[in-house]
Amino acid sequence: MLWRRISGDPAAERIVPASGVSAWLIALSALAMAALAVAALSASLAASRLAERWSADLARGATVMLTAEGTRLEDETNRALAALQTTPGILSARVLPRDEQNALLAPWLGEGVSLDLLNVPRMIVVEETGDGPDLEALSLRLRAEAPSAQYDDHARWRRPIVLVAERLMWIAGGALALIAAATAIMVTLAARAALAANTQVIQTLRLMGATDGFIARAYIRRFTLRSLIGGLIGVVLAATAFAFLPDPGAGNAFTTGLAPQGREWLWVMLVPLFVAGVTYLSTRIAAARMMSALDDI
Amino acid sequence: MITFEEAGFSYADTPILKNVSLNVEPGSFHFLTGPSGAGKTTFLRLCYLALRPTSGRVVHYGRDAATASRDDITRIRRKLGVMHQNCTFLDHLSVAENVILPLDVTERRQSQSERNRDELLDWVGLSTRSSAKPPELSGGERQRVALARAVMSSPDVLIADEPTGNLDRDMADRLLMLLIELNRLGKAVIVATHDIALIRAAKGQVAARVLRLKGGSLSQAGAEL
Repeated sequence: MLWRRISGDPAAERIVPASGVSAWLIALSALAMAALAVAALSASLAASRLAERWSADLARGATVMLTAEGTRLEDETNRALAALQTTPGILSARVLPRDEQNALLAPWLGEGVSLDLLNVPRMIVVEETGDGPDLEALSLRLRAEAPSAQYDDHARWRRPIVLVAERLMWIAGGALALIAAATAIMVTLAARAALAANTQVIQTLRLMGATDGFIARAYIRRFTLRSLIGGLIGVVLAATAFAFLPDPGAGNAFTTGLAPQGREWLWVMLVPLFVAGVTYLSTRIAAARMMSALDDI
Repeated sequence: MITFEEAGFSYADTPILKNVSLNVEPGSFHFLTGPSGAGKTTFLRLCYLALRPTSGRVVHYGRDAATASRDDITRIRRKLGVMHQNCTFLDHLSVAENVILPLDVTERRQSQSERNRDELLDWVGLSTRSSAKPPELSGGERQRVALARAVMSSPDVLIADEPTGNLDRDMADRLLMLLIELNRLGKAVIVATHDIALIRAAKGQVAARVLRLKGGSLSQAGAEL
């Protein structure tokens, strides 16, 4: 229906005098706006991807830290391990070996420092099932079995990360809305200028029995097609630039490429239609308002 | 078709037309004469619904102009052919495209429309100028193109405002013959003119009513014509 309205009436466009540079300025604006929209969309998709990855990585794991001293440490470790392994919602639990713990602390303490010389807490690495354990019940049980044990489900890490990612998505969404608004404003100004320059032509056409819809379609078709062409070029340029951005590496848990991935490209391909849709609506509204304001009847 | 019932039009409290009553019937021929500023163009604008009366009533095909909607006006205008005094064309289109425009803009172009258009251009003596652009035409040629365009959609009523204003006598007589020919086909014709010679030339060839507008009032013209 929309495409029929945009493309199906070449006779309508023929009646409108060439709008000079304004129609091509629309194409250039659409190009710029489409490129910016691709950037905003890519940022939004990347933020969403990053949030998902970080959240998923952290959500699957938990840590139990034991701070008891001397022989009590070994006892509490064994009891806590047993409690964890029999708790529903826990997939696996293992004591973090000394060498792994050394490797984790090496960046802060330096290589070759024996943890036996330091009072370093014992760590149990826990992998949760999808639903996870009943944290309240587990805490009570651990407090009874191993008073020095502290269960950390990484929620305090996960929450701000997800919050930041969500904010990034909102910012990108806001940028898209601003791009749509800027496009609408530019198209409206261009359409009003073109219509104002052709008032006499419009009045002549009306006297012949042309409907306002027919006259408006001429402008809608011209502007929307130019906008679509500009949008397509803008998307191709932006997508090419993003496709050649350096890849941070698949194994890197903390970063993700800015370029859209897989099915995300479908969203990018919708950008020219989005820009053309905004142009269609803006031209239609501007034309309807301009023609209803003409003082002839 | 078009009925004026004590219709009047005022612009900013200045009366232009007063208590005009007239019935335009199918096949009728009206000359409207009077000095410049007498209200001829205003009368015609009321005929083709470019104005609504400020007093009385003007009824087009049963629709009161005062309450006609935009759709009503569009429908009524499709039954009218108008030759404007200033002959406004779409300058980026050729003569042939301008002539067929009333069918294009109302989406009524058919397979034989282009043949009809060519016949019309031949009828007004402009078949060799069909690809010219309006700015290339002389005043007389413009008025003949305007006539061809006005009758292209086979209107019920042809309204012409000073159609011979830019024509020499021979061409004016020729245009008159075209109008009479249309009238014989059953079209109502309303011609506003202060060209008395044109009205005299029509006498004996067509049963035309000659109306005089003076001071905004309409009266039957006297024997001086």
